[in-house]
This record gives sequence, C-alpha cells and structure tokens, in this order.
Amino acid sequence: MLRSMILGTLLLATPALAQQTPNWMKPGPGQETTATTCGVCHSPEYIRMNSAFLTPDQWKAEVTKMQKVFGAPMDDGTAKEIAEYLGKNYAK
Amino acid sequence: MHRRTMLTGLGLATLGGPMARAATDRSLWLSPMLPDGTRAEAKLARLPGKQPLIQLTDRPPNYEALIQSFRTPITPNDEFFVRYHLAAIPDMAGLNKWSLSVGGDAAEHSLHFASVDELRKGFPEHEVTAVCQCSGNRRGLSDPHVAGVEWGYGAMGNAVWRGVRLKDVLEKAGVKSNAVEVWIHGMDGPVLPTTPAFHKSLPMAKAMADEVLIAYAMNGQPLPHYNGYPVRLVVPGWTATYWMKHLSSIEISSKPQPSFWMATAYRVPAGMFGVDLPFLSQNDAKSWPITEMVVNSVIADPLDGAHVPQAGFTVHGVAWDRGHGVKQVEVSTDDGKTWKPAQLGEDHGPFAFRGFSLATGKLPPGPCKVSARATSNAGETQADKLKWNPAGYHNNVPQTVTVTVA
Repeated sequence: MLRSMILGTLLLATPALAQQTPNWMKPGPGQETTATTCGVCHSPEYIRMNSAFLTPDQWKAEVTKMQKVFGAPMDDGTAKEIAEYLGKNYAK
Repeated sequence: MHRRTMLTGLGLATLGGPMARAATDRSLWLSPMLPDGTRAEAKLARLPGKQPLIQLTDRPPNYEALIQSFRTPITPNDEFFVRYHLAAIPDMAGLNKWSLSVGGDAAEHSLHFASVDELRKGFPEHEVTAVCQCSGNRRGLSDPHVAGVEWGYGAMGNAVWRGVRLKDVLEKAGVKSNAVEVWIHGMDGPVLPTTPAFHKSLPMAKAMADEVLIAYAMNGQPLPHYNGYPVRLVVPGWTATYWMKHLSSIEISSKPQPSFWMATAYRVPAGMFGVDLPFLSQNDAKSWPITEMVVNSVIADPLDGAHVPQAGFTVHGVAWDRGHGVKQVEVSTDDGKTWKPAQLGEDHGPFAFRGFSLATGKLPPGPCKVSARATSNAGETQADKLKWNPAGYHNNVPQTVTVTVA
C-alpha cells in the first residue's frame, strides 16, 4: 500500500520515466523502493555496474550524495531503506 | 575536405581497406579488470544512428566504443562513444530549435545566433583533428575500484571537427579586462529541477586558444544526436568534460563558475598530474580541475585472448597526448622486458590519434604478453604504475594484451 502510494507519487511527478523493477535486481526489503526512487533520474543499471566493490558505508554515502547533492526526491527513511538494500545486496 | 566528402559518398556497401576490417569484427570484448557487476551489465546495444556500442547504462545513455574502433586513427561518427550525466536530452526536433546566446558580466555586448548558418557565416571556418576522451575513460580498470561509470578503454574517439573559433566569437562580443572564465552550458539537463545542471567553464587563456572551436561538423557530417547535435565545443588537449554538447550559452565571466560540476566533481589531487596551462581560478590547496590529458596508447589489434601464428602478427593501435604530439610508440612482446619502436602512421596534428603498428616477427609458441607505451614530444611517457586517485582519472598504465602463439 505504502509502496504503491510512493510509486503513484513518482508516476505523477514523472509519468514517462518511472521504471519497472529490472529482473536482475536482487530480491529483498527495499528492492522496489530502490528501483523506483533511483529510477526517476537514472536506470538502476548504475547499481549493478558499481558492484561489488563498495562497502555498505560507501553505498550509504552514495545515497546521501544523491539525496543532498543531486536533489533526489526521498526523505531520510527512504534513503535509509535504499542504503540498507544496496549495502546488503551490492556491497563487497 | 574534398577527400572526406568522397569517402562519405562511397557509402557502406563499398568501404574498403582498414575500415572493412573494423566493420566486420564487432564482437564484444570486456577487460577482466572491470568490476564483476560491470561485466554482467555491459552489452552491445544500438542507439539511433549508431553501430552497436558497449552499453553501460541506457538512461542517461553511456555507451563506449569497441576497442576494435581504434584500428583506424579517425573514429567513425557511428562508432563514437556517448556520455551523458543527466537524462533530460532533447530529441532532434527540440535540438533543431537550437540557438546560441553569448554574453556575461565581462562581455562588452551580447550576441545571439538563431541558427547554425548564422554562426557559420559570421566567422572564418576552421578545422582541427582532435581526441575527445571522457575524463573517466578506463575508470573501470582502477585498482582498487572507484564509484562512477565503469568505463573500459572506449570512452574516447578522434574526429575532424569543423566550426568557428571560440576566440573569434568572444572577440566579437568584446572581452572586458576583468574576464576570468568563459562559462558554458548546453541544452540537455537534469530530470529534476533540484539536480545541479551541467555548467562548466574554461579559463580565458584556453578559451582564447586558436584550437578551441564551436563545432558543427564531425568527419564532414553534422554531429550525431548524442555527440552534441547541432553544435558542441571542441577543446583539443583537454578531457571531454569541457566539450559541451548542444552548446547553447556562453558567458564571459569575472567570477569562477561555482557549479557542482566544477567545484566538486571532475577534480584531481593538486599537483598529481602536470599541466602546461593551470586553471588558477578553479584550483584550491587540495585539488585541481582535471584538464589536460596524459600521454597514452591503446592496442586495438590483436584482441586479448586471440590466437596468433608463430610466423608473427602485426600489432595495431593509436597513441595520443595533451597536444604536444606523439614522438614514439614502443611495443613489447615479452611482458615489458624489451621494447621495439613501432612504425608511426600519418600525422593528423598534435591533438589527434597517431596510428602505430609493429610486425612482431617470429615468436615461440605459448602465451605472449603484448604491450605498447607512448612518449610525447614533451618527453612524457606512460606511467609504469597507476597514479590512483579517488575519481579514477588519467589511467595511462600500458595495457597488456595476452595472446596465444600457436
């Protein structure tokens, strides 16, 4: 329910650009939030391309950069969920 | 000019010579030094108007050339790499509404060009053959790896660019004595208004250099959509981050451009890489903007993993530097123990790729490690060891191609 609300908001904001979760993405908590939030501005390929050599802390720093420097539309809770998903699935 | 037009006119059906070889071998080769995830992600894919290139990401589009593309010193437009930071890229209809404004607080006048023809007819035309290389080319080979677009060898190309001198346009606008930088901007931009737009700048000394062009032709053709159509900046000797695509705004400024893309991104540790022309208005104690390229070379034939005859084979590739020109390329077939001078190809000018080749002669059977190392007319040679830096820039360690002699 929450997920579809977030997705709905993103779809309203950028109707043509919101992406489906790609089939290569590792399943688990935060997968869809990661795909839809990151996917507003870039394809989720950036995640797999940058794996697996970052530490969970480095992934967290990347997410913070997206939020604070690149102005990604996410609150702190969403940023935490994404950082945890990346740290668990795409870190070294 | 005439020769180029003729080549273009021949069309695909009758291409001969070295291009035929490049066109027939379009297999995907990825360096084993790339991150595992990059190797899983990268695939051959086609953008409109392009040959299949190595797609690293599709939105924004980041596609690199196959290493085979460097068997010739001029890179065909449809094999030229594509690199964007931000995904809001106008379509051709949008780009056909192109115009260029010139002004800024250190300009005497404002200028406006409503069409490419107006720009072209307003100034003398010039040509330069120059390497356009992404700052991050070979980032994916950094050890340890660093975050970013994980390029292999192909985020570069060399083309004949035609346009008008930036200097002539700036002089027409009138450069005030307090001018420090020229700020540049293009028509592509971020998806969201909260993301920093891609604003870049050049120091006045580079902006006024004869080789810097506002280009509207590439290898005798209009620029491809994803290489900056209809007009891009060409900054020979400097990495491609300054080669603004879809160039729409030029400002002569009394202040340093403060954007994220100058102040934070695209920086190298202060003093790690030598430059002829310091970018003083953007330097700080810890870091400098990346500007001039480093001397480098790539082996495009044979490919890593190839089987070659004991009678020998010919090593082909290209070398380049930051504008002094290539003095010599040496090739080793014994893992860097001994080196032989390669034969250099046609000289297309100091900013261009210089082709090289070396016939190995007879070789013993077994694995054979082939390397090339270029030296510039400034006496600079490729690094023995990677000068690692946080953004993965300026990797010019000689590539090693392992083949099997049988």
